[in-house]
Amino acid sequence: MKLTESSKLRIVLLELEDQNQARDSAHFEYMQALLEKGFSVTRATPTGTTAPTDRSSLLVLGQFDKDQPPSDLQSENTEVRFEDSRHLNTEDVLALAEEIRETTSSFKHGDWKPWFPVIDYDRCTNCMQCLSFCLFGVYGVDDGDHIQVQNNDKCKTNCPACSRVCPEAAIMFPKYKSGPINGDKVGSKDLQREKMKIDISALLGGDVYDLLRTRSEKAKSRFSKERNPDKALNERVKCLNKLADSGDIPPEVLMSLPSPDVIQQRAQEAKEKADAALSRSQSKT
Amino acid sequence: MSQNQESTRILYCHCNYAQIISPEVKKEVLSQLCETNQAFDAVADLCEMAARKDPELQRLTQGGSVKIAACFPRAVKWLFSGASAPLNREQTEVLNMREQSPENILKRLKAKDLNPNLPEDNKPPQASEQPGKNQ
Repeated sequence: MKLTESSKLRIVLLELEDQNQARDSAHFEYMQALLEKGFSVTRATPTGTTAPTDRSSLLVLGQFDKDQPPSDLQSENTEVRFEDSRHLNTEDVLALAEEIRETTSSFKHGDWKPWFPVIDYDRCTNCMQCLSFCLFGVYGVDDGDHIQVQNNDKCKTNCPACSRVCPEAAIMFPKYKSGPINGDKVGSKDLQREKMKIDISALLGGDVYDLLRTRSEKAKSRFSKERNPDKALNERVKCLNKLADSGDIPPEVLMSLPSPDVIQQRAQEAKEKADAALSRSQSKT
Repeated sequence: MSQNQESTRILYCHCNYAQIISPEVKKEVLSQLCETNQAFDAVADLCEMAARKDPELQRLTQGGSVKIAACFPRAVKWLFSGASAPLNREQTEVLNMREQSPENILKRLKAKDLNPNLPEDNKPPQASEQPGKNQ
């Protein structure tokens, strides 16, 4: 999937009168259902404020006197559709929202689990280890040669490997299960643990991909000698399981890696990219 | 530091695309919010919006102080920042649905004061400022 900016539909649940318990209950059901379908929802009441209106298309649901929506909600800059919600159940609201989403060509949510690295620039030292490490082209540098996430849709779902190699624990995956990768505070023990993981990786042979390549080549060699595909496969699986356990890398990510030759080529390209950025960065000073 | 904010906005994140926040916590916070007469914005998933650099994130940073019911303040800060919609540190309080109870979250959402809690800014040192670090 290509992630692009696109038009957006926002649902407004409008309350013009005093609080009504039955309506609150309906609004909760509407809201929960709409959020689960990926829509943004604003609850507008006489009390409190919300963020200002932008150019999103709006579907405004409310109870309008004589079926006339309030004129001050009309806008020349925004496409607004008003619907009296008195006779709509949750399924009706969802169907209506989906229909308008399609007619306004607004973004359809839920096609991609938002799994991608988020850099904490308060901690990042621009060391480029993440760029060197990632084989999938997630990282790049901006015009000033500062590391940035450039292709978050190329990130492998549930794989936090790059955050493990960051010496400053500056890479977060907010949907990860535990800290500090999930965004929790970073303690001194976390930094020691991160460094330890890199050392383990080095001991295993430079990095996990290097290890994978070496093991894979050994397995290939054994396969040719022994003519036993089961043994070769077992060796690969054993290796992958070890990597998955040590680095918390999902087995499916490791299994989907390209051939050893392509891994080597991509690793080299990533390293060259990182070295070039560091070199330019240093020559500027 | 606590501030009095009469018109503090509320933003609720449903964290829709992962099972990291208990459904019970989300349901309790959202339903209780609906039972108040408080206006608020709700989004399906801040991570997804940040990944797409959704312009709506910029809208959500506007309009003064805000209390955000989502996850860890450090993650929320850099999700918005990464989408070119930085939050104002002095005007933002993040309530963490991964760790705080619904009761505590709702108490803070309903409170009139604001306790800004985004991590302090710390300009990142550049690689060239740290010789030997990248050797």
